[in-house]
Amino acid sequence: MSNAVTFDTRTDTAIPVESPLAFSYRQSGAPRAGSSSRVQLRERAMLGHLILRGGAIVLDEAVRDVLGISLPGKPQALVQDTSGERSIQWLSPDEWLVIVPGGEEFPLETQLRERLGNSHYAISDVSGGQTALEITGEAARELLMKAVIYDVHPSNFPVGKGVTTVFAKATTILRRPSEERWELVVRRSFADYCYRWLLDAAAEYSVNVEQ
Amino acid sequence: MFYIYCPYCGEHREEEEFHPKGQAHIERPKDPEACSDEEWGNYLFFRNNPRGVHHEMWVHAVGCRKFFNVTRHTVSYEILETYKMGEQPSITADSQKQPREPAAVSHQEGVRA
Ligand SMILES: [Zn+2]
Repeated sequence: MSNAVTFDTRTDTAIPVESPLAFSYRQSGAPRAGSSSRVQLRERAMLGHLILRGGAIVLDEAVRDVLGISLPGKPQALVQDTSGERSIQWLSPDEWLVIVPGGEEFPLETQLRERLGNSHYAISDVSGGQTALEITGEAARELLMKAVIYDVHPSNFPVGKGVTTVFAKATTILRRPSEERWELVVRRSFADYCYRWLLDAAAEYSVNVEQ
Repeated sequence: MFYIYCPYCGEHREEEEFHPKGQAHIERPKDPEACSDEEWGNYLFFRNNPRGVHHEMWVHAVGCRKFFNVTRHTVSYEILETYKMGEQPSITADSQKQPREPAAVSHQEGVRA
């Protein structure tokens, strides 16, 4: 076990917890378009986000033992477990983003630290700093083409890919976990801006926001 | 608009994701105390400004956030190659004076502006 000081950011005390979009829903609303909608937007709020940094070989062994997924070594790769609820994404040659169901991140961090011992690595819990927005629907790709500078054509962006790029002038992580689902991981401080941009850009597709 | 090949991401990306960071391959003097004022001043303040082939550092700021090297022509703005930190350029001002071999044009070559 390393001597790093860790703490669980989710406490039992009755502090009201709000998703980064709570304010946006009140301020900008959440349009419901029903069956005419060609784009659906949903925040995957309160998930556990961990950033892993270190050598791929050392981290891979630990992650495989603890999470049962192997660390993606290829640039832009995104891997998931069979349920699709836990994922690891390549961010840089020595950096990965792990997303797990909310509440799992602290036990996971603790287990990884136990497993990694005194190896050279870093784990940061960034759950409070970013949030995931899910975009689905037949016009999802069209919507992304208006906002992202990266080429989202299926020939360049197959399922299982994820990139850090520019979304409407903001930094974002764009990933494609399945054929019909796209995910944006945005900074908490940019969440409202990105949400309002999406509402505006997706208005022509009768966007439907699921809360 | 450049379309720049990031050697760490392994693909071409939009210029908007990158920042130039000045001349590449600048080595800090091993023993600063032993430097003359001129040597130290050259290290800190003086940079090449060639007309032609230039080696510079860029960072993939919105992306993998890694620094890498770019060999760029300062007249045509053409990016001749990109390579990782710690590596040496395969295209230099001297090698450019000889007729260019097609083999030097790999898939890593940047696209003209
Ligand atoms: Zn890169």
